[in-house]
Amino acid sequence: MSDLHTPASPPGAGAASSDAPSTATAAANASSVQATGGRSLLPRNTLLRHLVVLVICAVGAVLLLESTDLGFNAQVGYVAFYAIAAGGLTVLTGLNGQISLGHGALMAVGGYTTALLLDAEEPLPLIVIFLAAVALTSLVGAIVGVAAARLHGPYLAGATLALAVGLPGLALYYNELLGGEQGLTVSSPDRPEWFTEIIRSLSGGSPSGVKWIAYISVACLLITYFLLANLMRSRVGRTWRAVRDQEVAAELAGINLGAWRVTAFIVSAAAAGLAGAVLALVVRLTAPTAFTIVLSLSLLTAIVIGGLGSLLGALIGSVLLVFLPRLLRDAGESLDMDAAQAAEISYVVYGVILVLVMLFAPAGLVGSVRLAWLKARARRAGARG
Amino acid sequence: MQQFVNLTLGGVITGAVYAAFALALVLIWRSTRIVNFAQGAMGAITTFIALSLIESGQSYWVGLVVALLAGLVLGAVVERLVIRPVEGGPELNAVIVTLGLFIAIQALISVLFGVNQRAFVAPFSTIGFRVGDFSLALSPNTLFTLGAVLLVMIGLTALFRFTRVGLAMRASAFGQEVARLLGVRVGRMLTLGWALAAVVGSLAGMLIAAEVTFVTPTYMDALIVFGFVAAVLGGLDSPIGAVVGGLLLGLALSYVRGYVGDELVGLAALVILVVVLLVRPGGLFSTTQIRRA
Repeated sequence: MSDLHTPASPPGAGAASSDAPSTATAAANASSVQATGGRSLLPRNTLLRHLVVLVICAVGAVLLLESTDLGFNAQVGYVAFYAIAAGGLTVLTGLNGQISLGHGALMAVGGYTTALLLDAEEPLPLIVIFLAAVALTSLVGAIVGVAAARLHGPYLAGATLALAVGLPGLALYYNELLGGEQGLTVSSPDRPEWFTEIIRSLSGGSPSGVKWIAYISVACLLITYFLLANLMRSRVGRTWRAVRDQEVAAELAGINLGAWRVTAFIVSAAAAGLAGAVLALVVRLTAPTAFTIVLSLSLLTAIVIGGLGSLLGALIGSVLLVFLPRLLRDAGESLDMDAAQAAEISYVVYGVILVLVMLFAPAGLVGSVRLAWLKARARRAGARG
Repeated sequence: MQQFVNLTLGGVITGAVYAAFALALVLIWRSTRIVNFAQGAMGAITTFIALSLIESGQSYWVGLVVALLAGLVLGAVVERLVIRPVEGGPELNAVIVTLGLFIAIQALISVLFGVNQRAFVAPFSTIGFRVGDFSLALSPNTLFTLGAVLLVMIGLTALFRFTRVGLAMRASAFGQEVARLLGVRVGRMLTLGWALAAVVGSLAGMLIAAEVTFVTPTYMDALIVFGFVAAVLGGLDSPIGAVVGGLLLGLALSYVRGYVGDELVGLAALVILVVVLLVRPGGLFSTTQIRRA
């Protein structure tokens, strides 16, 4: 059976570039408001529009955090780090067409960096620590990206899967420094005086450490999404989409495919690094068991459910990742399962959802809604003229 | 010296299991251009089914037969229900579907059989043969593992070379349209290919469980990576390559495990994979210059 080497027309081979743009990334392709001619109350200038959305979201986040209890605030921290990482991944997969199953490992780089730097006698300011985590993860991302730029589909998935399985081994090998199986406990950063003042004037109460960390997480989330949203609407985002959809045409237009793929990977890794740093603060522990394949696959689930290439979709997916397991765990415990088993039910659901979304609505939530809206508008336009 | 001999023996044995697993991946890749990332989880769930039979008092052999049959059915059902719609579509969609299956099946194992580690008793003695006062890493059970893998390889080669079904399967993999015009039921052949691959995957699951003597729901996680690396090492299109790639990888990882550290085995596999993909993306056995990576 070794006498067949190159099947004449392998089904699926190269389909990513010949049949594109595929519906799976429809969410990434929606044109902006002014291009579609729709009316909107938001400014037409992209930067201004994103700034307005940023301010609205920030006000909304403060209201949400102040009107809910501490338990919920902690959950918001979880949503934030999932959403930051998923935002980076959705840029990579949705806009640039590269899949990565290694983002859990990249988050580990950011998380361990933060844990080590916070553990110092006199820790650096938090923002410097976060920037260091982002920088180091970007560096690792650049190395992975150079290898990944030459790979496609299943090859890339397999290589990044190997990264997700292999990298946590380093934490066990250097167990003196990285804490081995137990991992590193993360010391909480001090909350500054001005923060206490502001919260006291807002709600009258004295804030706890949990609240401080929740605010940091949300701030990181909003800044990341603001930067990513601008990037997606800029020349960079358009170039990434061109590389994803039409390799040959893009190359003829003078685009260096490899360099742009590496750039996408670096941006995505930077987001993963920040997500890891936030995770370290929120969970207060970095251990190999926190950065397994399951984490990487959960991120993939989030962006596929929400719609590949959509930041809103990544956020919706991350909210599901945090709140769906609680609902399902309660359901499982009412069925007489022990806690560990009940926790696994949510992963059965994730897997089934991944398959169902790919079979029936590959554009995900946001993409499907957008496609339906565009179709309805086209029908209206057709009826009119 | 004793360590070197034993590491080599251990490498050949684990390499044989990697080879079987890689062979299953290659079978599916050749016919449908899909890498089945759910292969490990599928093999794990059939092994757990067998284990619960064995624990209820049945013999190992009943368990083995049931595991292989369960693999056959599972492979066919998976292909027919969820893979058929994404065959020939964008490659990203197929990858995501198999990953979804991977998460779902692996979690299903925990839900059905619990998350705890369970002992798996090997069918033969696992005490190594002795040469003088020299204890070899070769036991009756490892001989059984090697024999089973060898048998599967001979069986598959015979199937593809000497039977009508094998010819039809090769035709469907080579050129779907032409095969269909000539009266081959291509759809059925693809289902059969997935079913056979799942049987081989289940066998690999049973063999590795007996080697490590305990199982957890995630015990096949590393095997899917090593199987993939082995398959790419030999070229995803070449069954012979998968076998040689499996053995080479088994040896390499065994030396890393013995001389460097158990923790770095996964990282070593990653390095090997990246080097192969960058230097010789078609695998060690590629004869054409076409690169699909």
